Amino acid sequence: MIVELTYPFNESQIKTLHAGDKVQLSGRVYTGRDRLHKFLAGGGAAPVNLRDAAIYHCGPVVVREPQGWRIQSAGPTTSIREEPYMAKVIRDYGIRVIIGKGGMGAATLAACESCGCVYLQAPGGAAALLAGNIRSVDNVYLLNEFGPAEAMWELDVEKMDLVVAMDSYGVDLYAEIQRASARRLTACLSV
Amino acid sequence: MNTQEILTELIRRTTSDLPQDVENQLRRARSLERDESRAALMLDAIIANIELARAASVPMCQDTGTLTFFFDIPSGTDTQAFESAARGAVREATAQGLLRNNTIDTLSGESINSNVTHDAPVCIFKSTDRTDIKITLLQKGGGCENMSCQFSLPDETLRAGRDLDGVRRCLLSAVHQAQGYGCGPGILGVCIGSDRAGGYKTAKEQLLRPLNDTAVSTELAALEKRVLEEADSLGIGAMGLGGATTLLGVKIAAASRLPASYFVTVAYMCWACRRRGVHLRADGTAEWFG
Repeated sequence: MIVELTYPFNESQIKTLHAGDKVQLSGRVYTGRDRLHKFLAGGGAAPVNLRDAAIYHCGPVVVREPQGWRIQSAGPTTSIREEPYMAKVIRDYGIRVIIGKGGMGAATLAACESCGCVYLQAPGGAAALLAGNIRSVDNVYLLNEFGPAEAMWELDVEKMDLVVAMDSYGVDLYAEIQRASARRLTACLSV
Repeated sequence: MNTQEILTELIRRTTSDLPQDVENQLRRARSLERDESRAALMLDAIIANIELARAASVPMCQDTGTLTFFFDIPSGTDTQAFESAARGAVREATAQGLLRNNTIDTLSGESINSNVTHDAPVCIFKSTDRTDIKITLLQKGGGCENMSCQFSLPDETLRAGRDLDGVRRCLLSAVHQAQGYGCGPGILGVCIGSDRAGGYKTAKEQLLRPLNDTAVSTELAALEKRVLEEADSLGIGAMGLGGATTLLGVKIAAASRLPASYFVTVAYMCWACRRRGVHLRADGTAEWFG
């Protein structure tokens, strides 16, 4: 069963999701990665209203066109780098959805629980596929300051295939794998 | 085609067309997973992506990575012309959207949008006795590069001594640490020995080896096989969400070392092992490989 998640996002939608659920997400998504998270957590002013928004940890390959921009390739970046900033950004701005890969840490998981937010895994490196889910590139912010890879791209996406990897009930699929694989590592090293 | 055009074409192939041996291992990995499992979902997306990127000539991964051109050239050939052609090709490929604007000035934070600067792309030259020219391109992204690491043995926390079992402990520890952050199932390029810089260089060069080759040394071949099996047994799986395949390959080389040092260097490569090349024959023909 696939859950359809459409912008604008709200808390009651988020509370229906559980780790392991498959989701198809549509609507407005903002990209943001290393520079943006450090900037926002450090008190920088968000260029848009991020309440109830989705942030996609992504630096796309973008080509300038006469009418605007075309995105060639847009897979997720490794989210754990944003861990020092994510919980604060969720709390301060009211983010509902984070899309990324590889998962995040305990602070983010706690913020997801207290604020009603979820972390969705996008297939890492499925960059051409995910670019195909982008209906339009509607705007870009902080382009001159951060450059194309780190800018905040405002995208309209259609049916991005994602998996709920960290939910708003404290369940984290990655942490479970980390624990299980740690036990198996101990077994391999005890030989 | 002139050299710059050939290198632009090499970039197009490398960034969009995953080598067959890597794709074969990904399909094999998929066949080992239950349909509807999270690993199957991730691997299905990766495989669909590979096919789409190849058909559309777009980057299979948006992190088009550090570009390293390996030039094997006849002794006495001018290297500057090749370096210049490589730089022009990177500029052109970036303008075409085959490469991301991926080069940051570390001190100013500015994006160097052309991807060409004093130290990018990386060009490595080797003189040969042959008359033809062999050019290989490796693109390695930052996500997996962040998972590369270097151990200095003995390592008490790992209980790793200066022997191949110590090396095994380091490699499994590196794989566990990486979890899904490096976009697994990944490939390990490993160097045992050398100094720190040489270790990283040689480890990275191991990623040029075809996945179905074996190390020349029987003990290294045995270690490659054992680490691959044990890494898979950790159950980390595609993207760290659990599964039967955690690594697609392990490639190990040994180098000489100082008595005081015993380094084990791991170049962690993601599933998108982008490596291709071209032979430029003396008669003017170009033969693509990879």
